[in-house]
Amino acid sequence: MKELVVISGKGGTGKTSLLAAFATVASDKALCDADVDAADLHLIMAPGIIERHDFESGHTAIINPDKCTQCGLCRELCRWHAISEKFVVDSITCEGCGVCCYFCPEKAIDFPLNTCGEWYISETRFGPMAHARLGIAEENSGKLVTLIRQEGKKLAEKKNLGLILTDGPPGIGCPVIASMGGASAVLIVAEPTVSGIHDMERVAQLAAFFKIPTMVCINKFDLNPDQTQLIENFAQNKNITAVGRIPFDPVFTKAMVQGKTVFEHDGHSDGSKAIEKIWNNVSQMMGL
Amino acid sequence: MMIISIASGKGGTGKTTVATNLAVACEGNVQLLDCDVEEPNAHLFIRPDILDVKTITAPIPEVDMDKCTLCGKCAEICQFKAIVVIGKTVLPFPEMCHSCGGCMAVCPEKAITEIGRELGVVEKGKRNGLEFVHGRLRIGEAMSPPLIRKVREYTRPDTLTIIDAPPGTSCPVVASMRGADFIILVTEPTPFGLHDLKLAVGAVKILGIPCGLVINRADIGDDRVKQYAAEEGLAILMEIDFDRRIAEAYSKGEMLVDVMPEWKENFLNMLKKIKGMIAPKH
Repeated sequence: MKELVVISGKGGTGKTSLLAAFATVASDKALCDADVDAADLHLIMAPGIIERHDFESGHTAIINPDKCTQCGLCRELCRWHAISEKFVVDSITCEGCGVCCYFCPEKAIDFPLNTCGEWYISETRFGPMAHARLGIAEENSGKLVTLIRQEGKKLAEKKNLGLILTDGPPGIGCPVIASMGGASAVLIVAEPTVSGIHDMERVAQLAAFFKIPTMVCINKFDLNPDQTQLIENFAQNKNITAVGRIPFDPVFTKAMVQGKTVFEHDGHSDGSKAIEKIWNNVSQMMGL
Repeated sequence: MMIISIASGKGGTGKTTVATNLAVACEGNVQLLDCDVEEPNAHLFIRPDILDVKTITAPIPEVDMDKCTLCGKCAEICQFKAIVVIGKTVLPFPEMCHSCGGCMAVCPEKAITEIGRELGVVEKGKRNGLEFVHGRLRIGEAMSPPLIRKVREYTRPDTLTIIDAPPGTSCPVVASMRGADFIILVTEPTPFGLHDLKLAVGAVKILGIPCGLVINRADIGDDRVKQYAAEEGLAILMEIDFDRRIAEAYSKGEMLVDVMPEWKENFLNMLKKIKGMIAPKH
């Protein structure tokens, strides 16, 4: 079984629109939305939820005022300054390290498990999908990403599907690291802007750090052909396969507004044709 | 004086455009803190002279095996599985460590001391009167919030502080918004933009900070962002229509206020609106 993870470094370069388009043309695949922090793939896939589970991870300290003698040890030990002078824990600041709870001489601190989101197994018109919703302002997004990818893998195994298409998060931190580990390949969606290049380089370094075969495609390439060339030169130097260019095409927004993939909206558009080529290159690279 | 944080939920909606242009439009007595430490971009537009670079580390345990009795208390207290006893040794996993200091505090033999794990760097610079600070997360480092907090330590109380936040709604975003006086949420009128805007508004509500919207590429997509803003009573501070000149200037790292100077007035008007929306702090 193979897994393609679409990432970008910079947000808003078109990861989800591209992945949704791939879902239209790829056969025998499961879908996985690993951007749990701001998940959008479901807006196109319109998944019918079959299973719904709580995502429990991490703990938060709660001080029981009846038992607390205000000795101050917890405030001294807490490196996050999450405990107020009145001995109330700020749940947003609490890191869940449990040090206060461990040392409290009165055993006045509870340390319950957090429910910080939900994850789902769904059916879509393009195949099964694993996806999730991290609670707002919650932590542990990396763990939820890991979980959702494992569930995606199980789905694919159960249904005997050879491919998982995973929509990754932006950035290079914890959720991105969690979304890449063990992937067959990553595809970076870059845009030909100074910030697009800067961010693409950083996420490409991350993929190289984890030794994951890397491809790059350039969205809205005609916005700045010089920068597009720079991205392709960079790719060549770093042993990254450039798999294609997508022109600026309003069809992407129009498709999104209707909850469709670009192929469903207009398969003959310039954008669709470009993605078809990219998909052929990706398939070839991954030996699909 | 005042801290304005610029966030979005969805990535690529124009946070950096708003943050950098607002900062430059203000002219003097303003600082810009780029807290998108995973993918910092503001410097590409501000092009500051970097005057100071600091390597930022987080404390992680180091075990003196001569003192260690393999009692296992360090592994027991650690919530992050960042230190384990294996056979006759204690193995810390630096990349899992949250730097809580629990293992060091609990060790009865005082066998644990702390060394630094590099999180990244904080760079400080200037462009004309504008003070600029950003963080750059080390490639391979997972935890951005501690580095974001380091960037925010540069906040000066006597000036306007503009913060460029990362996308999303989880811990790095919260670290970039907490304690701000006002949040500008930059969105675009598409289903993805709206969906992620709702999440961002949820985060802002949890923090209890007043906020307003900037709608970028306001003439693409549909009307649902405006409908939502009206329902929620969210002020629309500014709209930026799609303009290929803006997109091309952005692609080259040029600032809107430089390429189309008429925008400077728009950004200053937005600041005026914001000042009118928050009660003066004394």
